[in-house]
Amino acid sequence: MSAALDIASWVLLVGGALLMTIGALGLIRLPDFFTRLHAAGVVDTGGAGLLLLGMALQTGFDLVTVKLVLIGLVLALTAPTASHAVAHSALLGGLSPDDPSANRAGDGRDEAPD
Amino acid sequence: MPPARTFSLFVVLFGAWLLLSGHWDPFLLGCGAVSAALVAALARRMGAIDGEGHPIQLAWRFPAYLPWLVWRIALANLAVVRAILSPVAALDPAAGWVDANQKTTAGLVAFANSITLTPGTVSLTALPGRIHVHALARGELEELKEGEMNGRVCAMEGRR
Repeated sequence: MSAALDIASWVLLVGGALLMTIGALGLIRLPDFFTRLHAAGVVDTGGAGLLLLGMALQTGFDLVTVKLVLIGLVLALTAPTASHAVAHSALLGGLSPDDPSANRAGDGRDEAPD
Repeated sequence: MPPARTFSLFVVLFGAWLLLSGHWDPFLLGCGAVSAALVAALARRMGAIDGEGHPIQLAWRFPAYLPWLVWRIALANLAVVRAILSPVAALDPAAGWVDANQKTTAGLVAFANSITLTPGTVSLTALPGRIHVHALARGELEELKEGEMNGRVCAMEGRR
């Protein structure tokens, strides 16, 4: 029972860590601002979700489990709100989602003048 | 601003106090009840308790929506992971407007947040009736336009 729980918990924790890493890789690898936002989404949902589930299996299902569930709930409410705020301000700041080639990272746009 | 909504805020706050503290002696229970009542009363005085400040009306049908949403998030995670690990040239991002038929602001926000919570789609602007969405893959935008998520959030809102 507890060995099975441990194995399941480890699978979830390693999976979550993997998703976090891939999300971070996506933040570097994807070409422009809006596509990079989607990589952050993997970190927020898949990465954090699997890590929390993995930790929940280690708690023995008491009030600590409830706290982990609450952390998940708070993350599920705040993460998309923050993403939306960042995306909306990018839109207001003049980045065009329809023309990704204009927003390529490293084209000098986000560097200070002179 | 019906008192029923204020009372439901009190219940939620006191429930959070109980679950987070884990102490069950009368003194701490009393402190929790007084704190929760004080916050609920203040929120009521501020006029912060309505369908947006305390959208408890969405909570009843939320358990029916949650499993579907989690399933979609899991599928979308795999799709975005695949996109991150494949050549950048294969990317086909798209942006466009998606219909949002929710009748309340809380429902619209629930829909916009569901879109953003699903990796691969982000809501850029939410207006009554429509949401501007950026998608990592054109197919995901088309799928949103078909309106299944829109319909399910409307169902969570209930008929009014």
